[in-house]
Amino acid sequence: MDWHWLFGRLDWSYLPHEPITLGAAIGMPLTLVAIAAALTYFKKWGYLWREWITTVDAKRIGIMYGSVAIIMLIRGVFDALMIRSQTALGGPGGSQLFSTDTYQQVFTSHGVIMIFFVAMGLMFALFNIAVPLMIGTRDVAFPFLNAVSFWLFFAGMILVNGSLIFGGFSIGGWLGYPPLTELQYSPGPGVDYWIWSLQIAGIGSLLSGINFFVTILKHRAPGMTFMRMPIFVWSVLVTTVLIMIAFPMLTASLALLSLDRLMGMHFFTSMGGGNPMMYINLIWAWGHPEVYILVMPAFGVFSEVVATFSRKKLFGYKTMVIALVGIMFFSFVVWQHHFFTMGSGADVNAFFGIMTMIIAIPTGVKLFNWLFTMYRGRISFASPMVWFMCFAVTFTIGGVTGVLMAVPAIDFQVHNTLFLVAHFHNVIIGGVVFGYLAAITYWFPKMFGFRLHEGLGKAAAYFWQVGFLLAFMPLYALGLMGAVRRLDSYSDPSWTPFFIVSAVGVVFVGAGIACQVLQIAYSVWKRKTLRAGGDPWDGRTLEWSVPSPAPFYNYAVIPKVSRVDEWWYQKQDGIKAPKDSDYKDIVMPKNTAFGFVIGMTAFAFSGALIWHIWWLVIVTFIAVVAMIIMRTMDDFTEYTIPAAEVMKMDKEARA
Amino acid sequence: MKKYRAVVLVACTVFALVVLGYLLVRGVHFDVLQPAGAVAKSEKSLMIFAFSIMMLVVIPVFIMLVMFAWKYRAGNDKKVDYRPEWSEHKLLEAAWWGIPVLIILILGTTAWITAHSLDPYRKLDSKVAPLNVQVVALEWKWLFIYPDLGVASVNELPVPVDTPIHFTISADAPMSAFWVPALGTQIYAMNGMSSQLNLIADHSGTFPGYNTNINGEGYAKMKFNVYAKSKAEFTSWVASTRKSPNMMDEATLQKISQPGLMDETVYMLMDNNLYDKVVMKYMKGTMSDKDATGASTQHDMSNMEGM
Repeated sequence: MDWHWLFGRLDWSYLPHEPITLGAAIGMPLTLVAIAAALTYFKKWGYLWREWITTVDAKRIGIMYGSVAIIMLIRGVFDALMIRSQTALGGPGGSQLFSTDTYQQVFTSHGVIMIFFVAMGLMFALFNIAVPLMIGTRDVAFPFLNAVSFWLFFAGMILVNGSLIFGGFSIGGWLGYPPLTELQYSPGPGVDYWIWSLQIAGIGSLLSGINFFVTILKHRAPGMTFMRMPIFVWSVLVTTVLIMIAFPMLTASLALLSLDRLMGMHFFTSMGGGNPMMYINLIWAWGHPEVYILVMPAFGVFSEVVATFSRKKLFGYKTMVIALVGIMFFSFVVWQHHFFTMGSGADVNAFFGIMTMIIAIPTGVKLFNWLFTMYRGRISFASPMVWFMCFAVTFTIGGVTGVLMAVPAIDFQVHNTLFLVAHFHNVIIGGVVFGYLAAITYWFPKMFGFRLHEGLGKAAAYFWQVGFLLAFMPLYALGLMGAVRRLDSYSDPSWTPFFIVSAVGVVFVGAGIACQVLQIAYSVWKRKTLRAGGDPWDGRTLEWSVPSPAPFYNYAVIPKVSRVDEWWYQKQDGIKAPKDSDYKDIVMPKNTAFGFVIGMTAFAFSGALIWHIWWLVIVTFIAVVAMIIMRTMDDFTEYTIPAAEVMKMDKEARA
Repeated sequence: MKKYRAVVLVACTVFALVVLGYLLVRGVHFDVLQPAGAVAKSEKSLMIFAFSIMMLVVIPVFIMLVMFAWKYRAGNDKKVDYRPEWSEHKLLEAAWWGIPVLIILILGTTAWITAHSLDPYRKLDSKVAPLNVQVVALEWKWLFIYPDLGVASVNELPVPVDTPIHFTISADAPMSAFWVPALGTQIYAMNGMSSQLNLIADHSGTFPGYNTNINGEGYAKMKFNVYAKSKAEFTSWVASTRKSPNMMDEATLQKISQPGLMDETVYMLMDNNLYDKVVMKYMKGTMSDKDATGASTQHDMSNMEGM
């Protein structure tokens, strides 16, 4: 009997064959079973469903984004360890830990996971946690859409990890250049996993971008004009603009590539009039803004952190805003610098090279502003500030190598080498990761009501920083020696020591993450002694004016804003408790299962497309559309908390 | 001393890393920094120039960072100026818009000039007539065709010193890239397209060449060697290669185009239009037999019909 109509091309031959992938394929389901057993034993299913899965509270969604991202960070670093172990052993006469095919899947999934499910995940975690609180509102503009975004992100995450069990992942690198990713060279399901995990997660990101853009435009507390917004909120605003303009390009390029693969079209094939160069332009027209999407919120975080821990007003607020907006514009006219070596001609190369360098100007200005915020301040080196110091050094080095590569004639000699790999890890780890890790430490007390242990936090920063230097400085050298990226074997014995040091560096980063896991566990254990009040850092912005953990309605009484750093000056003027008459009825969104169910149906839809199970494609597609219509028809999505109850809850929380 | 524990730790770590770095790079050969041709030499000096210009800003920034962090730390016993409201200074702000603008003005001008002077398509200034070499990236080997000399080779690229080499580069493989770090400038090799590149070797020696763009399983092993020879040696290599029993024609090309690795091999060139045929193969509107796209697409469509 032919089962193809039911299962498409899915069959047992797609199970993994190598010990290392087989281990993951067995380990992951076992872990899930163990978690499910624990939930059943402790009778926590109901709690999980009511409080988390169906939630539309931005803070909870933020915490879920953060948790998924941290688990993915561990997977991503494990991938890194595999990559660097393979290269450490890959010299002349060396051996292979696993096959080249697996190696190529691992670096592809490393890139995809780190960018889409770690960096983007942490970024949306911070948006959700901090933005509504900082602008003095109770929730985002579209709370239900927010839940949909998260569950689409989650669906994409399962697809990437699911590929370990069935079928394997793409070997085409994180951006999957055709024609390698076309059917001709990659007929298997790996590239489809890659396409659909990015597609689904990317749509979630686009929806989130719209959501936070509207939230910031329409939901600021009375009196908070644009020029009174915290710089972090400014950074989120320009980031959401980038998301809204850039992400449709990702969606379109991936859609065209999947039409090539599913329908035999020729957008990007070499045959039949297709043109891979068009894909490369399209994907980078999204891809370069994407880098700024990730790093600008980190700039925002450090603007808050440096001012708070220097106990001083941020230097040059206006220039900071101008710099952010400038970076936003310029990030759209630099994409061609990712392929100076494609032969575009000297004028085009020079134009994009110069545009790229121009971005260094506002970025440099921001660094000066942070420095002069510290100047004449009173700096306490709590761990967020330690992260800033690591960032200031590391990111600057990354900026220098970035400007080097912006000179087309220099790029000709380092493009696609390990020098390039070192450069972008230099800015992404030094900028994005250090920024987000600082932010987690900074806003953790606001979410959970207790601080993270300081000593372990600083140890983590130390290991991350030293690990970064050990892992990537050798890669700069290797690039200049002629080592290309994505290699797993080489014939020059003098490269081996560099690769070994780099692998040791990954172990150091792993130790940093171990410190952080330990830090969270220890802090939960000692949460009574680490208990934080509403304002543990003597903060400047509104989120520190509410109790910790922040109540689900954020603000019992919506604050009025008359200046930058409103909370800092309120503290100096003397805080006035709200009068009984200030409390009003609060309207809050109801929990709903639709977000979760739509996300999971989208997952099934993607899985069906990957495995060519056409009946399921149709069923799930109709289901998603039907559910969106049903939800739109529902008029009872909100509930009211009476003023008296708000007052009672608020007084208890403040007591 | 407990107060300074963090400072001591950072200082010791920096020292240890510097020592480790020195031990690593001691006696190691950097192809990009110890180039063997005019193009790579210009690119190296450009790199050093741009790096030095940036250090003019970066080093003062690092010094300020450390100084400010030290002087304005919360536990500083000495009474230092604390001005929590000081947040604007027109002159300072103008200065740090001005300094990066100045640096970028210098580097931007340099970038413009060198993008043109080092444009891979630009013919090199030399009294010697250039040698034409056609390069085809295959799955996972490099084919070099010397159309004017009647020879071809796989994975080895003998060239005469002090002679400009004019490469035309294409592929019958997923997008690849041709790079000889000791000679300079890499460029993509793409189906149906003919990229150009001009390089020169100024002393003899063996220089490794690489593919820098992933094109499948054999990608990392897709390497070749440039053998820069004196003119006499090169002439004798051509002469002996022309007597090679291996013939490079369409049939041979078809055979070596199959995915796989190959050792260095030399051929007598039988077909002077071979390179053009490789390029033109992808210019047709129809698909060749080798293209599996058609076959698997039909398979997919039949699945859909059976639904």
